Amino acid sequence: MAIRLTKPDDDSAIYVYEIPVRLWHWINALAIIVLAVTGYLIGSPLATVSGEASDHFFMGYVRFAHFAAAYIFLFGFLGRIYWAFAGNEHAKELFLPPIWKLSFWQGVWHEILWYAFIAKEPRTYVGHNPMAVLAMNALFVWPSLFMIITGVALYGEGAGYDSWQYTLFSSWVIPLFGQSQDVHTWHHLMMWVIICFIIMHIYTAVRENIMSRQSIISAMVSGWRTFKEPLKK
Amino acid sequence: MIETFYDVMRRQGITRRSFLKYCSLTAAAMGLGPEFVGKIAYAMENKPRIPVLWLHGLECTCCSESFIRSAHPLAKDVILSMISLDYDDTIMAAAGHQAEAIIEETIEKHKGNFILACEGNPGLDEGATGGMSCIIGGKPYTEQLRHAAKNAKAIISWGSCASWGCVQAAHPNPTGATPIHKVPDIGNAPIIKVPGCPPIAEVMTAVITYMLTFEKLPSLDRQGRPKMFYSQRIHDKCYRRGHFDAGQFVEKWDDDAARQGHCLYKMGCKGPTTYNACSTIRWNGGLSFPIQAGHPCIGCSEDGFWDKGGFYNRLSNINQFGIESNADTVGIGSAAVVGGAVAAHAAVSALKRSQQKGGQE
Ligand code: HEM
Ligand code: HEM
Ligand code: SF4
Ligand code: SF4
Repeated sequence: MAIRLTKPDDDSAIYVYEIPVRLWHWINALAIIVLAVTGYLIGSPLATVSGEASDHFFMGYVRFAHFAAAYIFLFGFLGRIYWAFAGNEHAKELFLPPIWKLSFWQGVWHEILWYAFIAKEPRTYVGHNPMAVLAMNALFVWPSLFMIITGVALYGEGAGYDSWQYTLFSSWVIPLFGQSQDVHTWHHLMMWVIICFIIMHIYTAVRENIMSRQSIISAMVSGWRTFKEPLKK
Repeated sequence: MIETFYDVMRRQGITRRSFLKYCSLTAAAMGLGPEFVGKIAYAMENKPRIPVLWLHGLECTCCSESFIRSAHPLAKDVILSMISLDYDDTIMAAAGHQAEAIIEETIEKHKGNFILACEGNPGLDEGATGGMSCIIGGKPYTEQLRHAAKNAKAIISWGSCASWGCVQAAHPNPTGATPIHKVPDIGNAPIIKVPGCPPIAEVMTAVITYMLTFEKLPSLDRQGRPKMFYSQRIHDKCYRRGHFDAGQFVEKWDDDAARQGHCLYKMGCKGPTTYNACSTIRWNGGLSFPIQAGHPCIGCSEDGFWDKGGFYNRLSNINQFGIESNADTVGIGSAAVVGGAVAAHAAVSALKRSQQKGGQE
C-alpha cells in the first residue's frame, strides 16, 4: 500500500483532486477529530481537578479548542463549496451525486455487490465511486451543515444577543428545535453519525487502495489517480 | 377616572420614601439606569393604573404564591391591591356569582384597555374529558379565556403553564392542556410570556411596572419573552461558572466538591440551556437561588422541561431507542456496530484475497 506524494511517471495517470481539495480534505479531517474529541469532553468532562478554581482553566481550553476548530471547519466547508464551482468536474461530485440518473444507481448497486463479495471484479472510476459519493453526501455533507448550523446557534447563546451568531442562527434555530437542550442533544447525536461515517470512510479508503483497480489514498495526497491496468473505455 | 398607583399606595399608608425605593429597585431589576427612576415614579404618580384581570386555568397557583412574596412590600400591597380590585379568584374577597360578575364588568368597563394575566392554561381535549377539565362558574375555562382575551389590550402568560404548558401538558397530556398562544380563536392581543415554575416575583412586578411607565410592551425575543429578563442563560451569570471553566465538578451529592460549591454540570445542571434571571435577581428577595442552595437548575422556564428525561441528566433522553438512552449510549452503540461490521468485513476481505492469491499462483 505505497502512498505516492508526487506526480507518478505513468502516462495513464489523471489529475483528479486539485490542491485546494486535498488541502481542505486533510485540514478538515484534522478539525473534525479535534471537534469530536473536545465535543465529547464538553459533554462528559474529565474527573474534577482539585485546588483553587483560579489555578485551572480546563473547560475553558477544551471549549476554546472546540470553537477554534469549529471556525476552521466552517470556513473550510464554505471554501470547499466555492471550489465546487471554481474547481474541476470532480470537485462537484461531493455535493451533487447524480441521483436522477439510472446509471448512477446501477453503479451504487454494483458497489453493493462488490462489498457483499458477490461481484468478483471492481470497476474503475476516475472520480469517486457512486457509493462513496452517496455516503459522503448523505453522511458527511448534510451532517456537517447540520453541525455548523446547530453549533453556531449554540455559540450564539454564549456570545449574546447582539452577536451575529445569535441574530443569524440562535434566534431561529433554538425555537425550531424547541429549546436549547434539544439543540445540544441533536448536536451531540449528529457527532456520532459523523464518527460512523469516518470509521467506514477510512476502512473503505484503505480497502479500496488495496483491492480496487485504481490508486486511492495517493490520489488524495498527490492529486493523481493511477490505474493498475490501462483504463477500459 | 381610575386612580393612579401612587394614590393606591398612599391610601394603603405607604410613605413616599418607600415608594421611591420601590421605583429604584424596579429600575435596577429591569436593567435601567438611575435616570429612569424618576420616569417610573412619574408614571406611577400620574398615569391611571392599568386594570388587570387575572384568570386561573389549570395550574397549581405557584405563580400567585411567588407574586405575593415579592421582595418589596409595595409589590404585594400596591400591585396586588390593584389587581384584586378587579378579579383574581385566589385572593379577592368576592366569591361565587358575585365574583364572576366582576369579570364581565371589568371587560365591559375597560374594553380593549385591560391586561389579561393568565395563570395556567385551558384543557382543550375534546375526547377523554370532553373539554370539561376546567370548569369555572359552570362554564369551561376555555370560553372565559377566549372572551376575555378578545377584549384585552395585551395578555401576560404567567409561568410555564400559560407560556409552554408545564406539568399538566407533559406526556401524555390527558386534558389537552395548551399554552395560551396556541389556543385557537384567542384573538389578536399581543402575548408576553413570563415563563418559570413559578416566575420570579420581581420579574412579574417589573413587567407590569414597565408597561405602565413606558406605555408599551417590553421588547420581546422571538419566543415572546421580555428580553430584559430572558436574554441570558443561568449559566452565563452563575456564580459557580468559575468552577465550570476550571473543570471542577460535583460528581456525587455528598462529595468534597459539593461541599466546596463546585459546578453542578455533571449533576445534570440545566443552567447552560435555561433562559431565566435566577442567577442575577435570585429568589426570596435576592437571598438565594437553587444552584446557590446546592441543587442543579432543572430548567423550569424552558419549553417541555418535564418531558426531556431526568432532572439530573443534562441531555434529553432519546426514548425511541429504549428507556434511559441518551445521545452517547445511542452513539457509542452505533459506532460499535459500524466498527464491528467493518472489522468483520475486513476479515472476510483478507480471507477472500488470500484465497484468490492462492488460486492464481
Ligand atoms: C463535526 C463537527 C462538530 C462536532 C463533532 C461537534 C461536537 C460537539 C459535541 C459532542 C458537543 C457537546 C454537546 C453537549 O453534550 O452539550 C458540542 C458542543 C458545542 N459545539 Fe460542537 N461540534 C461540531 C461542530 C461545531 C461547530 C461548527 C460549532 C460552531 C461554532 C460548534 C459549537 C459548539 C458549541 C458552542 C457547543 C456548546 C459548548 C458548551 O455548551 O459549552 N460545534 N459539539
Ligand atoms: C475526519 C476524518 C475524515 C473526513 C471527514 C473525510 C472526508 C472526506 C470527504 C468529504 C471526501 C470527499 C472529498 C471531495 O470530493 O472533496 C474524502 C475523500 C477521501 N478521503 Fe477522507 N476524510 C477523513 C479522513 C480520511 C483519512 C484518515 C483517509 C486516509 C486513510 C482518507 C482518505 C480519503 C481518500 C483516499 C479520499 C478520496 C476517495 C476517492 O478517491 O474516491 N480520509 N474524505
Ligand atoms: S407555571 Fe407551573 S408553576 Fe406556575 S402555577 Fe404553573 S405549575 Fe404552577
Ligand atoms: S452550576 Fe450550572 S449554571 Fe452554574 S456554572 Fe455549573 S453548569 Fe453552569
